Amino acid sequence: MMGTQHGPVDDLPPTAASGEHWDLRLYVAGRTARAVAALDNLQRLCDERLAGRYSIEVIDLVQNPRLAVDDQILAIPTLVRKLPEPIKKIIGDLANEERLLVGLDLRPRRP
Amino acid sequence: MVEHSVSAVMTPPGIAKCPTGIRGLDQITGGGLPRGRSTLVCGSAGSGKTLLAMEFVVRGVREFGEPGVFMAFEETQRELTDNVHSLGFDLADLVQQKLIAIDYVQVERSEIEETGEYDLEGLFLRLNYMIQQTGAKRVVLDSLEALFAALPNEAILRAELRRLFRWLKDQGVTAVITAEQGAQTLTRHGLEEYISDCVIFLDHRVTNQIATRRLRVVKYRGSAHGTSEYPTTIDERGLSVLPLSSLGLAYEVSDERVPSGAERLDTMLGGKGYFRGSSILVSGTAGAGKTSLAAAFVDAQCRRGERCLYLAFEESPHQILRNMRSVSYDLEPWVKAGLLHFHAVRSTLYGLEQHLVALHKLTDEFHPAAVVVDPVTNLLSMGVTDEVKAMLTRVIDHLKTLGVTALFTSLTSGGEATERTEVNISSLMDTWVLLRNLEASGERNRLLYVLKSRGMAHSNQVREFLLTSEGIQLTDAYVGPGEVLAGSARLQQMARDRAEVLTAQQRTARRQAEIAEQRRQVQSEVDALQARAAALTDELRLMADEEQWRYQATADTRAALESARQTDVNGEVKP
Repeated sequence: MMGTQHGPVDDLPPTAASGEHWDLRLYVAGRTARAVAALDNLQRLCDERLAGRYSIEVIDLVQNPRLAVDDQILAIPTLVRKLPEPIKKIIGDLANEERLLVGLDLRPRRP
Repeated sequence: MVEHSVSAVMTPPGIAKCPTGIRGLDQITGGGLPRGRSTLVCGSAGSGKTLLAMEFVVRGVREFGEPGVFMAFEETQRELTDNVHSLGFDLADLVQQKLIAIDYVQVERSEIEETGEYDLEGLFLRLNYMIQQTGAKRVVLDSLEALFAALPNEAILRAELRRLFRWLKDQGVTAVITAEQGAQTLTRHGLEEYISDCVIFLDHRVTNQIATRRLRVVKYRGSAHGTSEYPTTIDERGLSVLPLSSLGLAYEVSDERVPSGAERLDTMLGGKGYFRGSSILVSGTAGAGKTSLAAAFVDAQCRRGERCLYLAFEESPHQILRNMRSVSYDLEPWVKAGLLHFHAVRSTLYGLEQHLVALHKLTDEFHPAAVVVDPVTNLLSMGVTDEVKAMLTRVIDHLKTLGVTALFTSLTSGGEATERTEVNISSLMDTWVLLRNLEASGERNRLLYVLKSRGMAHSNQVREFLLTSEGIQLTDAYVGPGEVLAGSARLQQMARDRAEVLTAQQRTARRQAEIAEQRRQVQSEVDALQARAAALTDELRLMADEEQWRYQATADTRAALESARQTDVNGEVKP
């Protein structure tokens, strides 16, 4: 993995800075290229920003379609931030890091 | 108006149909939606799209044993369950039995951040999961357009929708997709370009503050279908489509007659009354006795043990019962005996279609032999003339097909030509009885004409129409040169006539007496003359006798003289 030394630490919101645990779920449908890419992108970002205080659960809806109903998943892949509250949903392969940071509240929305 | 007859909707082999169970819809589509394909149901908000979709699924289970899946984007399972509860559908129970699966798809744009490429495999998985769970043959997506609002990337969405419809076809399920009507297009987001097998358009419009619903099959690939706009209603039994039933004017007609309820009117109608299954128009101004004539008709049918349906748009049943009792038509026993059914609503309560669907429903349930619509004019004020006429044509055709005799009363506004009916509905009618008010010498009286009566010889005479405590009486009106008299004018005229006759009789009698008298005088003169003649005759005889006597006496005297003189004449000597 890449180092954690770069990145604009100064504009991190307080939640990310605090020590709370991040519970993330990534919903995929089979081991597709897009699913792999999404997981890679997520992993990289978390290592950079949330090292040591996150967990990622990958849920394969092909194996367990019931969860798609329960967790209201439409798009694949979908990343759900269960914790910290509130719940956030980000869809796509998470290739756009900028938007991923915004979606996870790791960076304030540009005005 | 070109109307497809229901029976003429033919289905070529190869297109299997999936019946919806919705009244009328299966008729106009020739058996239902295309099986194994997707049907697009579009329309404005509140046009009944969700209801149609829900009925398709629920009736699929209940009437055709086909489980179904309902994927809702706008309403939760709880809301859907509540909504269809009033239709007698226990959705929760069907879900419990795994005959129906409902999935509420919650999509909220504000909750979704988009980053990079994605697809809608989640939707597919959910659908597939539910289809597996229930063994569904029917799938509803209500309505996919919520996705357009929720997902910012329209290119991805459109690609996925294309994939979805192909996938549904591969699954072999019959699908109903609902979509909101667009400003210029059938659907706001152009879903019709993906679903081309069958498109149904629901219309909900408000004219004159009255809502009317229409259904149109815009397209149905590989199948004939009615293309007209069909009136549609939503009531406690769900969606109903009123199929156009103009069966090419091929209904059976009956030679049987039914009494009109007024004996004299029967006589005017070839002596037997109306034809069974014919349509009768009773038109007239306010207070001309239309309802009474209708009541007489109803009474006559019930008396024969036949069922009657009375659609009252102006008066409550109680009011009609009370009023008609005053002219000796006591209809209440018939109501109690179940022979007479009143359906009283304000015509403005709901749209024309709904009235007609209600009529359809009532005739289907009650099986009346006769129907009275009192007054039909109240329906006529509710729509554009052409529409109303089209509707009425359908009603009349429907009733004719069933062999139901229908009597329509029609209110003619005062001051208008009495022979003008509101939408020229007279051409649809077989028999037209016109009631007229005749105003003269300070009173109004009622007159009755039979303007036309197809297929029978009927009287062309005007009759005075009397409402008495013994019911309707028709009497000959006084028809003089250039005038028709009724009521007291008729009575006066009759009295005048009687007086004239009397005078004439008296004059004759007087003349007779005079002549007799003259004759007597002449006779007495004759007698006097005859007496004189007799006297003269006597006198003549006396004179003759006297002469004879005198002659004899003279002769005798001469003889005596001669004898005394002893005259010798010829030697003879008389002693």
